[in-house]
Amino acid sequence: MDRVRGLTCRECGRSYPTAPAHVCEFCFGPLEVDYDYAAIRPLVSRARIEAGPRSIWRYAPLLPVELSPDGEPPVGAAVGFTPLIRARNLGEELGVRELYVKNDSVCHPTWSFKDRVVSVAFAKALEFGFDTVACASTGNLANSVAAHAAEARLAAYVFIPADLEPSKVTATLVYQPTVVAVHGTYDEVNRLCSEVADKYPWAFVNINIRPYYAEGSKTYAYEIAEQLGWRAPAHVVVPCAGGSLLTKVAKAFKELRLLGLIPEGQTRMHAAQAAGCGPIVTMIKNDTDVLVPVRPQTIAKSLAIGNPADGYYAYRAVKDSGGHGEHATDEEIVQGMRLLARTEGIFTETAGGVTVAAARKLVESGRIPRDEPVVICITGNGLKTPDALQDRLSVDVTIRPSLSVFDQALADLKSSRASEL
Amino acid sequence: MAVLVRIPTPLRTVSKGAAEVQAAGDSVADVIADLERQFPGMRERLLEDNGNVRRFINVYVNEEDIRFLDGPKTTLKPGDQVSIVPAIAGGRAASR
Repeated sequence: MDRVRGLTCRECGRSYPTAPAHVCEFCFGPLEVDYDYAAIRPLVSRARIEAGPRSIWRYAPLLPVELSPDGEPPVGAAVGFTPLIRARNLGEELGVRELYVKNDSVCHPTWSFKDRVVSVAFAKALEFGFDTVACASTGNLANSVAAHAAEARLAAYVFIPADLEPSKVTATLVYQPTVVAVHGTYDEVNRLCSEVADKYPWAFVNINIRPYYAEGSKTYAYEIAEQLGWRAPAHVVVPCAGGSLLTKVAKAFKELRLLGLIPEGQTRMHAAQAAGCGPIVTMIKNDTDVLVPVRPQTIAKSLAIGNPADGYYAYRAVKDSGGHGEHATDEEIVQGMRLLARTEGIFTETAGGVTVAAARKLVESGRIPRDEPVVICITGNGLKTPDALQDRLSVDVTIRPSLSVFDQALADLKSSRASEL
Repeated sequence: MAVLVRIPTPLRTVSKGAAEVQAAGDSVADVIADLERQFPGMRERLLEDNGNVRRFINVYVNEEDIRFLDGPKTTLKPGDQVSIVPAIAGGRAASR
């Protein structure tokens, strides 16, 4: 493939051929896909992209995979191209004039942005000749790996923390992969998987396929820019778990500028993490590039990575762009979920609550000026984590099927609400 | 005192192919110094010039990341096992 030269180490710059590898043999730095942008330039234009399929594959020249001669991807043909919503009500609530929500809570087929990375990873795994795929997951990745493995007829092993939300476990089991629940945190699951990956010839999407997998996240930002009319926003608020999404969103805007698809400018990257697991935001706030791992303690389990693989690079992307970061407590996370639902009619998972809560704090502290365009990244669906809200929400009144009973109940509700005000 | 050290795949070119080696020392730093004596070039691969563990290497004593313990000064007792693990994606290349 002329567009891709191979892999390079982000730290020491050593080159490697295109292979299922993710760590530099010399310095252990992460490997990244090395593109030849001069070769990509003639393949992309606004018009060509707009004429492409309504999926992530409209950006195929910017991804490290080959489509079939008739333009079909090997798996996940309908992934991506999710709505970018002009969030007027939430904007009013936060006091921001131009606010958007990029809504991957409705990404096909498993309702999170992980469908983007998994379909790219699987395309590469198939190209490498793997017949088995695997992952370590906090839930969303498990759902997506299991679903796409079903579509691609690949065997799948999915490793999850044993205390994962039951709804996310069910939403993985239904596709009939082999699910391995591990007693431990995500970080411990991931460490086990690194050993498994070393021993079994499987395509671990977030380990040996990671350099390709991570590139799928760029499509989230390509879509934002295209949907804004080929421009990047002044600010993006991105939830951080391993930190990969934030670094790839920053990279995607840079690539679009490099290729002349959007005007020059600077997008400030802002990181959102839970207070109970926020090592990247802690780096940002303390202004240090040394990551101190934490033991996660948060309801935002999809963000509960205490030792984020891309933490350093997410920190760098935030600092280099002039952005900032905020933590959200469990209570603020729930408020954030409810705020987005109440104002925009979007039910996001706990991670989305983190992002909304962090955005609110960043606006209130002046880190995000109220008169600049802001995009909030909503990356997962609320129906995946109903447990977070179940104890806090209840029906307003339960009645017999009688109009007079309803009349009385309604009057009671109105008077009790009036007295609350 | 000797402890078992697990060597990840990328470092086995330095450890003459060994996945596990014995090294002497009362602390992680001592063990790394002994690894350098046995396998010249090992120190450069593990530590930055200032003696800090490289950003993309995690060192575990038994199952615990030394950043949760006492860093390179973490003391060792007989029977402890030291694992050297690439940090990316928890990337632990050593087999048990």
